[in-house]
Amino acid sequence: MYRYDAIDQRMLDERVAQFRDQTQRFLAGLLSEDEFRPLRLQNGLYIQRYAPMLRIAVPYGMLASEQLRKLADVARRYDRGYGHFSTRTNLQLNWPRLEQVPDILAELASVQLHAIQTSGNCVRNITADHFAGVAPDEIVDPLVWCELLRQWSAFHPEFAYLPRKFKIGVSGSPADRAAVEIHDVGLQAVRGRGGAIGFRVLVGGGLGRTPIIGQIIREFLPWPHLLTYLEAILRVYNRYGRRDNIWRARIKILLKDRGIDAFRDEVEQDWTACGRDGPATLTAQEIERVGARFTLPDYRELPARCDTLERQLATSRAFALWYERNVHPHRVAGYAAVTLSLKRIGVPPGDVTSDQMEAIAALADRYSFGELRVTHEQNLVLANVERSDLHAVWREAHAAGLATPNIGLLTNIIACPGGDFCSLANARSIPIAQDIQRRFDDLDYLFDIGELDLNISGCMNSCGHHHIGHIGILGVDKHGSEHYQVSIGGSQGPRATLGKVIGPAFGADEVATAVERLIDCYLACRASDAERFIDTVRRIGIEPFKEYVYASPHPTPTRDPRALASA
Amino acid sequence: MPHLIRHRHATREHWRLLDAAALKDWRDGAFESGIQHAGVLIPLALWLEQPKEQRGAARGAFGVVLQGDDEPGALAADLDRIALIAIEFARFNDGRGYSIARLLRQRFGFRGELRAIGDVLRDQLFYLQRVGFDAFELRGDQDVAGALRAFGDFSETYQAAVDQPLPLFRRRIA
Ligand code: SF4
Repeated sequence: MYRYDAIDQRMLDERVAQFRDQTQRFLAGLLSEDEFRPLRLQNGLYIQRYAPMLRIAVPYGMLASEQLRKLADVARRYDRGYGHFSTRTNLQLNWPRLEQVPDILAELASVQLHAIQTSGNCVRNITADHFAGVAPDEIVDPLVWCELLRQWSAFHPEFAYLPRKFKIGVSGSPADRAAVEIHDVGLQAVRGRGGAIGFRVLVGGGLGRTPIIGQIIREFLPWPHLLTYLEAILRVYNRYGRRDNIWRARIKILLKDRGIDAFRDEVEQDWTACGRDGPATLTAQEIERVGARFTLPDYRELPARCDTLERQLATSRAFALWYERNVHPHRVAGYAAVTLSLKRIGVPPGDVTSDQMEAIAALADRYSFGELRVTHEQNLVLANVERSDLHAVWREAHAAGLATPNIGLLTNIIACPGGDFCSLANARSIPIAQDIQRRFDDLDYLFDIGELDLNISGCMNSCGHHHIGHIGILGVDKHGSEHYQVSIGGSQGPRATLGKVIGPAFGADEVATAVERLIDCYLACRASDAERFIDTVRRIGIEPFKEYVYASPHPTPTRDPRALASA
Repeated sequence: MPHLIRHRHATREHWRLLDAAALKDWRDGAFESGIQHAGVLIPLALWLEQPKEQRGAARGAFGVVLQGDDEPGALAADLDRIALIAIEFARFNDGRGYSIARLLRQRFGFRGELRAIGDVLRDQLFYLQRVGFDAFELRGDQDVAGALRAFGDFSETYQAAVDQPLPLFRRRIA
């Protein structure tokens, strides 16, 4: 966890004072709605369907237990006692009062939290791999680089009024848990000759109305150039990105219009003329300084194998199931990372109450060096748990409703807030997620289906990342009523793919059944138990699924794949 | 006359936009001297239309205006003759002028006055001065005292920019 120094803190406090003044002028009628809008957006404040919404940044997903306690406290005192973790690892409060937002921000600043640039046409909160620093497959720990990017992007004077929002994702592992390919800029930390750190830079990825996978603009950018090179990319975008049409304003469209080669040339030209090797070139000294301000877990020396744990796994099936899904490998012997599922049946995906936040903070203090991670799948991670503590963590998480063993499974649904809260929505997401979760509440069935990402967005803005769900569900408006388009075959990670729509949209009450039929079809067609849903789709294409789902009259759904296969 | 803030001091000044008709007067040297708190701004396209000798001989209170979609590089050869460049913000939230300013200062080395005109509001001033503007013609309804305070919104900055070419990280380690 990076700890602010006095300067970081002073700037944050000054930002709160600045926004307090702006809010007061707005309330006094001295600042028009139009003029206030970008100011409040860059402080995380939306005006939503029923109330304002405040989006609080969790920079690159890292959260300290005292910060989470503050969030619990703020949610209780200024809101309705709960918050929503979004796919950009921010925490959203759905019912704050505009007049109180400066006070909320001041409270947050006291624990080094803020809502800076969580919205608006600027460089947004940086996202990263939620196992950063602990993943065994990691090549470079991205956290220091994320913090450098946070400081560089915060209050960047030149890029506060871009054509559109700008998202940067960072990953240090080939598994790419940060979905860097769907960011405006994706940074894949790699090692070059002699082990030198650098970045593979991708540009122009993004979901939304025109989903595109990012393209490589630079195969290897040596680390000292990280900031100056990004500035060149942003400058070309700031000057030439379209501003006449909000749907064509992201950098991906500029890239599409110019082509990656011409775009690269322009960036290189700007970079060479205006920034390369200049004072913003990073120094080893700074990397060291930032690194040293990170509190590092004080790991104990432990054996890799824990006999108590093995016994516990052998005797409790419920614990074993949770262990299978929610416990992840760690680079340090004797430790594991644990996902606390915010996807309990009956609760909107990503929602967490103040009481739960406090319980989670206590878990983090007791078992994980007081630190947490927020994942883009809207769950929380205890990244440093001793293996001998896993059973205790499971018991306590279970008591707090946070131990649903569904990470990577169908009911770990990623969903945006949708029509229940968001004024841009075509349709609601939460009731659909809940319908589906109820339909698949049988654990054996769920485990039999195996790994499956299901994503729901309430509109084309794609906050629920439906394009990269193995099953993606998109809310659409069909003659004024809520409908849902279903796609399959999307995937995240390296070589991400975009799903294909299977056919006409479904009514709200038909979605869960459609998903069930997709699953029936998969179970009937999979080559073996080891073949995941997405693998089957890749192997046989979407046609068999389409035919099966839209068949009418429909064969009675069956959960016996063999019966279905021979039918 | 609108309020102009120059080097963080308020004054009143307005330079009018030169149209094609007034161009002749300018050519004849009518604007050469003695003009207090007023001058003319020549749109980039019009400036570029002038014969090279004319541009070379130009003197007096004039400046060139750039719009968001203009190329600052077009002025590269003339920069040492031009005392003032104005960048017009058609809308306060059109960010192109920020990059143009930074390019003029950092890439093309412009040393004269860089003035923000058009929809110039108090809440953008801090960032505008960071990217190289040193003069601001405020929109008519802006509160000047408040605008002057805006330059003090932050006492420190992270990034390298025109007002502070060294990023915080090169100053932090003292
Ligand atoms: S996807 Fe659409 S409905 Fe969902 S949160 Fe984003 S904008 Fe709102």
